[in-house]
Amino acid sequence: MHTILAKKQLSPNVTRLDVLAPRIAEIKKPGQFVILRAREGDERIPLTIADADPTQGTIALVIQAVGKSTREIVAMEVCDAIRDISGPLGHPTELISSGRALCVGGGVGTAVVHPIAKALHAQGVQVTSVIGGRAKEWVIFEEELNRLGEVIVCTDDGSHGRKGFVTDAAKEVLEAGGIDVVYAVGPVPMMRAVANLTRPFGVHTIVSLNPVMVDGTGMCGGCRVDVGGETKFACVDGPEFDGHQVDFDLLADRLQTYREFEQRANACADGQCRIRR
Amino acid sequence: MSTISAKERMQIARQLMPEQEGLQRSGNFKEVNLGFSEQLAVLEAQRCLQCKDAKCIRGCPVQVNIPRFIQFITNGDLAGAAKSLASDNALPCISGRVCPQEEQCEGSCIRGAKGQPVAIGYLERFVADWALNQGSAAQEEAPAPTGKKVAVIGAGPAGLTAAGELAKKGHDVTIYEALHKPGGVLVYGIPEFRLPKKIVAAEVDRLTKAGVKIECNVVIGRTYTIPELQAQFDALFIANGAGLPVFMNVPGENFKGVYAANEYLTRVNLMEAYDAESANTPVLIGQRVAVVGGGNVAMDAVRTAKRLGAEKAMIVYRRTKEEMPARAEEIHHAAQEGVDFQLLVAPLEVVGDEKRWVTGLKCQRMELGEPDASGRRKPQPVAGSEFVLDCDVVVVAIGTKSNPLLTATCPELKLNKWGNIETDENGMTSLPGVFAGGDIVRGAATVILAMGDGKNAAQAIDRYLKTA
Repeated sequence: MHTILAKKQLSPNVTRLDVLAPRIAEIKKPGQFVILRAREGDERIPLTIADADPTQGTIALVIQAVGKSTREIVAMEVCDAIRDISGPLGHPTELISSGRALCVGGGVGTAVVHPIAKALHAQGVQVTSVIGGRAKEWVIFEEELNRLGEVIVCTDDGSHGRKGFVTDAAKEVLEAGGIDVVYAVGPVPMMRAVANLTRPFGVHTIVSLNPVMVDGTGMCGGCRVDVGGETKFACVDGPEFDGHQVDFDLLADRLQTYREFEQRANACADGQCRIRR
Repeated sequence: MSTISAKERMQIARQLMPEQEGLQRSGNFKEVNLGFSEQLAVLEAQRCLQCKDAKCIRGCPVQVNIPRFIQFITNGDLAGAAKSLASDNALPCISGRVCPQEEQCEGSCIRGAKGQPVAIGYLERFVADWALNQGSAAQEEAPAPTGKKVAVIGAGPAGLTAAGELAKKGHDVTIYEALHKPGGVLVYGIPEFRLPKKIVAAEVDRLTKAGVKIECNVVIGRTYTIPELQAQFDALFIANGAGLPVFMNVPGENFKGVYAANEYLTRVNLMEAYDAESANTPVLIGQRVAVVGGGNVAMDAVRTAKRLGAEKAMIVYRRTKEEMPARAEEIHHAAQEGVDFQLLVAPLEVVGDEKRWVTGLKCQRMELGEPDASGRRKPQPVAGSEFVLDCDVVVVAIGTKSNPLLTATCPELKLNKWGNIETDENGMTSLPGVFAGGDIVRGAATVILAMGDGKNAAQAIDRYLKTA
């Protein structure tokens, strides 16, 4: 059992939970994820490890409440316990050891970009972050990223930072020159747009993919993605890949597989229906 | 007890397994085979000729002394039968249900030469279930601790068997399991209607009562490495299973509605999607489901599809029923349940609609040519025979390949060209004190072969620990 030691609401639908998982806290590397199952009978949910405190033995999980299962998890309180957490899973981020990196985070993806930026900064890499959200209250990890280098905030409505998309700001950074690598994590359309943006600049671009997953050990094949025309399993071959090689259309499409089920489960959780199917 | 002559034994016909009626059971996930009554079991046991040179024992991957436990049944001594069986086989409730007996013990039974072999599998199950229902009454005395620590990687059939045998010898055993529940393929793969989860849970419970520790959610290769375990334990047994599913590598395979059998079965079994009322993990319910393959996994998937409500559940196999690797009973049960067999048919492409949902499987007809390297007649395409099989879910059950998750993080471990771990005749790997067995060594094989590996490795580990 993994007790929740701290809980913080980061944006209207994003919550941070600091959870006891000493072994994972001790060895996790940026880019890795865990699979958790909150209670007996619940789904297995993959979540990137946003931060870790090895002395306290905790890992930080940043959860966007979108479906029934994630809504139930964020409804848990301090002292409640998560039943199962396995990890750390996936390959760690491929980090450069010198030069300049551009880290682009969209929405909850900023929580995944943060540990990457932190590790880069620790290695002496100069980090510029471009992060975005719908409006001021949707922007997360701004303060933490500020400690690691320059941060450009973009909001759709201009209520905080610049008005516009992260790609507009990222473009300016790339045009100014000197960027050796780009790390981009966010919604699929954002990662696709960033990959398309960086391609003509010839800058290596790493994205973190979030396909449907079950076991997280390569056994089920549900998380298959197409990278450079080859089928890869995000759980064991990724979750990070060369953004210029990823088939984002396929990823977006396969993420729709259980949409109907999720909508029905959500409606049920809201008390809007009496039968599940 | 009664003594009966060989002639009388020969006159008894093989007893039939009582089972749920085919069409009724194709609508539920309850176990198909209901098990022998004591009366049926004694009758069947009397058919055994008690051969001096018992070929059945040699046919068994774990060398169960079959005539001995059957003799106890004939004598009405079920406790004796249970004790005899348990001393040879750590998981008899499971092997009695899922072994391919027709290729092993029953395939070697002398009575099979003229007529039907003794129903050894049904008798094994009968005795094992009887013992399970007796509860802890038959508990053995705890062995003296040896002070040696053994780590077992994977709580599937190989790992559970090895752990049981090692605990019997007094070693301190910890099993590390990657998933949230022990059992491996017994819980994620084999469906409830063939192997009820409560049977697996009871076997696991027996092990933990015998002192075996099980830590779930630990992925070796990620959470801990092999060298880290070597530092903490006196010996290791790697039994982490087969791993990555193989796909057909045809166009359309990533359309929505195409599953690897591992995913389809894991969703339904481990994640309990078969219970639509309360499950939180979804599975696509197909009206017409095409399962590609002819092994046990394919049969499990197609019979699952039928139970989930498919109007038509189809096996698509490029050879004929005779060449199918599945157990004879599974093929027979699938046919009884109304599964449609598309034989001598090979898939060419998954067909989808504009939203990339599966709408069909483009196939071609095959005919059998000359035998190939495996000795089976090689299927060859029939020119101009392409057609589209309408379906909305496709399940690919054509095998698995080795999972590099553990082995990639331990380069000292010698592998063969398929990425499976190489072992010597004792099951020891290239690393001293590190043993391996089951599918990570064999590629995709059976539950009983994995159990055999677990048993053999446990004996070898015990010898190793005594000399080390």
